[in-house]
Amino acid sequence: MDAKRGDWVRIHEIVLKVGERAPGIPEDTQNVPLEMWDKGFLLNESANFGDEVEVETYIGRKVKGTLIEKNPYWKHNFGKAVPEILYIGRQAKEILSREGELND
Amino acid sequence: MTKDRSYESVMARKGEIMKKAVGIDFDKFESGSIGFDYEKMMLETGYSIQEIEEIQKHTGVGNTPLYELKNITALARKFAPKGKGARIFLKDEASNASGSFKARRAATSIYHAKKLGYKGAIAATSGNYGAAVASQCSMNGLKAIVVQECYDSRGVGQPEIIEKARACEAYGAEVVQLTVGPELFYSFLLLLEDTGYFNASLYTPFAIAGVETLGYELAMEFREREGKDPDVVVVTNAGGGNLTGTARGLLKAGAKDTQVIGASVDLTGLHMASDKQFNKKSFTTGHTGFGIPFSTWPDRSDVPRSAARPLRYLDRYVTMNQGTVFYMTELLAQIEGLERGPAGNTALSAAFKLAQEMDQDQIIVVQETEYTGAGKHILPQLTFAKENGIELLIGDPTEEIPGKNIILPKDPSYVKVKELDVDKLKLSLIKHCISNSNATKVNKDDVAFLIAETKSNEKFVKKALEDLNVSIVE
Repeated sequence: MDAKRGDWVRIHEIVLKVGERAPGIPEDTQNVPLEMWDKGFLLNESANFGDEVEVETYIGRKVKGTLIEKNPYWKHNFGKAVPEILYIGRQAKEILSREGELND
Repeated sequence: MTKDRSYESVMARKGEIMKKAVGIDFDKFESGSIGFDYEKMMLETGYSIQEIEEIQKHTGVGNTPLYELKNITALARKFAPKGKGARIFLKDEASNASGSFKARRAATSIYHAKKLGYKGAIAATSGNYGAAVASQCSMNGLKAIVVQECYDSRGVGQPEIIEKARACEAYGAEVVQLTVGPELFYSFLLLLEDTGYFNASLYTPFAIAGVETLGYELAMEFREREGKDPDVVVVTNAGGGNLTGTARGLLKAGAKDTQVIGASVDLTGLHMASDKQFNKKSFTTGHTGFGIPFSTWPDRSDVPRSAARPLRYLDRYVTMNQGTVFYMTELLAQIEGLERGPAGNTALSAAFKLAQEMDQDQIIVVQETEYTGAGKHILPQLTFAKENGIELLIGDPTEEIPGKNIILPKDPSYVKVKELDVDKLKLSLIKHCISNSNATKVNKDDVAFLIAETKSNEKFVKKALEDLNVSIVE
């Protein structure tokens, strides 16, 4: 059992299958389904990842989907070192320290 | 009886769902021909500047700090012709509750939703507006749902959008995240129908009226501080609401001579609804992918008639590459001590170059900033770009190819803008207006409508109609 009633979980659902997508959208998008993710408190007594479940979202809405994660958390961050940008501040400060306008 | 939830049926119920969810009968402003009465719509359904100031005062919105960017101005002057280099000012809209100017739009929308008795509000947005709606709903005791276009089919999300989802949750909202595609609107309509909540659209008269205080405040602040109106206000342009609201506020304050210039990041070549190209871009808003379609046909939004109509107010429209905006974001932190989110610095990038055309005693204002944080910052956004196969180079930004590389200007003289042909955009708006209504003839009122829509004149509109083989009847 991966989660029990009341656990905070993340669910996934296919909203529109390939073939049901809106006409006129690019081909690469036509060829994939429209997917949805939401979070909520599990309403089933217990469930495993991959099971169809129902959750109550934070504002109290009931939504169905496939259980994919328990206690979901944010993984975005401040990225990695980007040494390419390091000249920007130093160069500007050096230019500002020069006397007069460059076009004088 | 359960209603049919298929895509076609829900889209066919669009009008009915919207009417219930916005509380505006848009039909009464229609002329029956191609035009509608924009000012009447704004007057009857919006709020006065004074009412909005009052609403915003109670919700942590407005009266944001105004900074003179003395070091950035000094740097611009180093590269300007003799005597040129206007003073650059920055309105720090990141100081609003929820961290962006979008709080102004949300404050009036949510006030209105509460007044009409709605229990909650839904916004379809991947931008700062989500957090703004969530924050304002929290203040007003309403429930909030934010629907985002967030991931590609690999489940990889734009870091900037993921951060905005986090912020919405922090304010107690439910966040529904979707993969790429315009059918987000279908999910949005279903949510409105299922919940009976208010459509906190970015494009209603109240949302746009909420931004008017920004333009109004700017005029008042400059009169008090400098004894004159700003010469130029630069506005980051996407859906057109920021520009429309700011310009209307300036006009309401009587700042008739202030030029309003739009600025967008150039994403030419990237398709906004493409699953594969979704994560090839580094800006998810403030770009030409929204800026051009929404200015040339505003009524593509989520309300029948959009209150955001930028070509009514725009004097010039410039674009720059992604690398330049990242560069200016870094510069703002490094020499002005202000660390802000990249997307909000689009107008700043334009102002740096535009100031160099102006006299030193003139004033150019960048009218917004946005908050920064994990995901929504130069480092994670550039890291993400590299991980998605985008090359990061230092050189001439005009050589940047969106989706292939990002080019940082090798020194400040390489900060450049590209001038868009605004007349061409205006002609495109007229063309859309005619083709979307299948009109073969128009009347005098329609001509007047098109003149207002394009801030042009009779000669311009008549010539455009003639070229489209549309006749004018009395």
